[in-house]
Amino acid sequence: MALTAMDIYKVLPQTNCGDCGVPTCLAFAMKLAQGQASLDACPHVTDEAAQALSGSAAPPMKTVTIGTGEKALEIGGQTVLFRHEETFYHPCGIAIQVNTSLPQDEMTERIATACAMAFDRVGMTFGLDLIALCDDDGSLAQKAAVAAEVSSLPLVLMSDDVAAMKGALEVCAGGRPLICAATAANFEEMTSLAKQFNCPLVIRGENLEQLYELSEQAIDAGLEDLVMDSSARDISSALQDQTIIRRAAIKDKVKAFGFPTLGFAVGDDEIGKITSGCELIAKYAGILVTDLITRDALLSLVTARLNIYTDPQKPIQVESGVYEVGEPDASSPVLITTNFSLTYYTVEADTSASDRAAWIVVVDTEGTSVLTAWAAEDFTTETIAKTIRECGIEDKVEHRNAVIPGGVAVLSGELEEESGWHIVVGPRESAGIPAFFKTKYAERIA
Amino acid sequence: MPFTVPKERWTAEVQTVTIGATEAEGGTRTSTVTIGGDQSLPFLHFEGDTPYGPVIAVEILDEAPQGWPEPLAEHYRDVWGDPAAWAQKAVEEFGADMICLRLASADPEGTDASADDCATTIRSVVEAVGVPLIIWGCGNDDKDNEIMPFCSEAAARERCILGSATEGNYKTICASALADGHLVINESPLDINIQKQVNILVTDMGMKPEDIIMYQVTGGLGYGVEYAYSILERTRLAALGGDRMLQMPMLSIVGSEAWRVKEAWQSEDEAPEWGPLERRGIIWEAATATLFLHAGTNILVMWHPQAVSHVRHHVAGLLSG
Ligand code: B12
Ligand code: SF4
Repeated sequence: MALTAMDIYKVLPQTNCGDCGVPTCLAFAMKLAQGQASLDACPHVTDEAAQALSGSAAPPMKTVTIGTGEKALEIGGQTVLFRHEETFYHPCGIAIQVNTSLPQDEMTERIATACAMAFDRVGMTFGLDLIALCDDDGSLAQKAAVAAEVSSLPLVLMSDDVAAMKGALEVCAGGRPLICAATAANFEEMTSLAKQFNCPLVIRGENLEQLYELSEQAIDAGLEDLVMDSSARDISSALQDQTIIRRAAIKDKVKAFGFPTLGFAVGDDEIGKITSGCELIAKYAGILVTDLITRDALLSLVTARLNIYTDPQKPIQVESGVYEVGEPDASSPVLITTNFSLTYYTVEADTSASDRAAWIVVVDTEGTSVLTAWAAEDFTTETIAKTIRECGIEDKVEHRNAVIPGGVAVLSGELEEESGWHIVVGPRESAGIPAFFKTKYAERIA
Repeated sequence: MPFTVPKERWTAEVQTVTIGATEAEGGTRTSTVTIGGDQSLPFLHFEGDTPYGPVIAVEILDEAPQGWPEPLAEHYRDVWGDPAAWAQKAVEEFGADMICLRLASADPEGTDASADDCATTIRSVVEAVGVPLIIWGCGNDDKDNEIMPFCSEAAARERCILGSATEGNYKTICASALADGHLVINESPLDINIQKQVNILVTDMGMKPEDIIMYQVTGGLGYGVEYAYSILERTRLAALGGDRMLQMPMLSIVGSEAWRVKEAWQSEDEAPEWGPLERRGIIWEAATATLFLHAGTNILVMWHPQAVSHVRHHVAGLLSG
């Protein structure tokens, strides 16, 4: 049974020394109770206490690290089944499949493409996470060195052949690749390779039952960094298996399933693989392996992942205040928007697509979009006028024209009175801003 | 074996609802659509039945749309302006299970079509296709209250779905649905409590729960999809948990929301880093729809024929397992 923070606190040293990284023993106990920390973090805990807490205090799902350094990927560490309950931690890693049978120049080009793939969204850059080097011609040992050399991303080494895996690990184990996979047939050898080279390991069962047994054996053998693969290779069984593993781990605290999973985007064509990939992102995969490589396909998967893994409790926000697009001067236009990151960065990108520099005044709406904030009364004549007065824009420009989003045109009259500025109603969608600057803006300013 | 499959013991299931009435039932539909009855979270066959599976309605407008991106426009340009022909194409060529007709022309800030004109359009679409219909107003409350009684009557006894009843505006549409034997869409802005409230208000007017579909507002991929995803998921959990007032099937508007997102329509010149335009919108729509399927939606309202066929394929794969 899960222990409460109080139960845990009772057996901790209660010295509040802070060595665990949290200021007090009670705070540490609360993190343990929520499955967000591991007892190992407290160096002072007694053996009896560790005994008493073992199991219940361990996070229900292990966090596993693949790779080293800046590009190392952490997966797993989930504590809930539904994102609204808390949030999903450690976004699903996207692994691009590269077959060893490719001619070497194509192979290196594909790896370089995957490593360079990056998309800007809400003011951040999102890329891919892993290169899954798939041994389809028995040449893994030779190709691993080249792949490790050209790839800035950690590798997944995909082969059931022990000799090939050993050869590959001998040249690239320092990068802490993910070994994929130990199966019933090669279990002893693969698990000892994982130990010998200290690399994370995928356990593949032919089905959930076998996966469970192999995972227990791997735990008994002292392995800790495991990734689960139930061999589901169609969208329906993938959904069932991913769900069962996650539920067993989170709700029933089944230790053998307390690890992140791996799934494959399957389909007859690219869009089929995208829908399969979206399923796996939403339904619990820790790693998504795909042979998709086009920008349009990967953009959709990266976006789906960003959305599903966004913390539902707090929208991504920017600070309120004055922002510059280009090099605005005292006569540049002033645009008003909210501090929801998605809103701000959409407006910013659209504005920079026009040839005019501009000022953007961002109102604190607790990270909500224009219409949501308007409906919730966070984007009102009062909050906007107050921001205009206090953000310093009145010292930066000589004119007094402010453009508001077309969606809140109703605010314009009152806002003019409240702020003393001339209010210009802009287009509904910020994509219309460049055209608006070319035509209507000049006519409408005072 | 030491490991037992963790099944949830749900106490209830999603309400089963049939849309459309055949001749035997007093209408003229040649096919009907039944949805709901789900006994588990979406497609978890190890836990419960999914007797009907989700369906796809193709959305058509009663006037030519403005500014549709080319990859979408090319499929519909030959029929827009003629809702009956558009509906036929959607059914015959694109395999729509239902037609979702939006009376965009009624918008007072646009064409401002009369109630009579709208009713005539309804009659022509009812005649043109045999599948069930979803009939949606223009979104202006006053105007919708003016046209809906006529539109509802023009399709009387066909068991269409009328959209939409909101917390602040539900009486006229409910009265029409009750009088003419239709279902109604209860809409709420991504808020489970408001959804429940609308459902209570509408059932208090005399609508039966099996005549109600819920619409909780949609956001496209990259544009609020996660909020809609979680609301759908929470509602399905509430339904399975036995909340009578949240057991109705759910509808998601996918086409218009996905195509609103810049990634779906911005040209390659403007956004070279996103890849070729031809496929982006299709991908965007299919991906948005897929996420909603896995959150528990029952009706997807879609636009692009290829997105429709990909999503249909995905559903078939999920149901077959
Ligand atoms: C996701 C969402 C939410 C999320 C919040 C997301 C967030 N962080 O803001 C949640 C679930 C919390 C939510 C809650 C509510 N919501 Co809400 N929500 C949405 C939804 C689905 C998407 C909003 C979004 O993210 N849009 C994307 C951003 C980028 O759009 P945007 O900020 O408007 O920016 C665009 C334009 O305005 C313009 N623009 C922006 N700035 C500028 C500046 C200038 C100068 C110019 C020219 C243009 C411009 O360009 C941008 C890009 O096109 C919409 C419906 C929909 N599909 O649009 C409803 C919607 C906005 N919500 C609505 C409502 C009513 C609410 C609630 C009040 C409901 C309730 N009572 O619970 C609450 C209020 C929240 C609160 N704090 O109490 C209504 C608003 C109705 C109205 N017209 O007034 C909508 C329209 C849904 C509906 N049809 O009923 N919501
Ligand atoms: S390290 Fe241990 S003793 Fe020190 S504050 Fe943390 S829990 Fe308490």
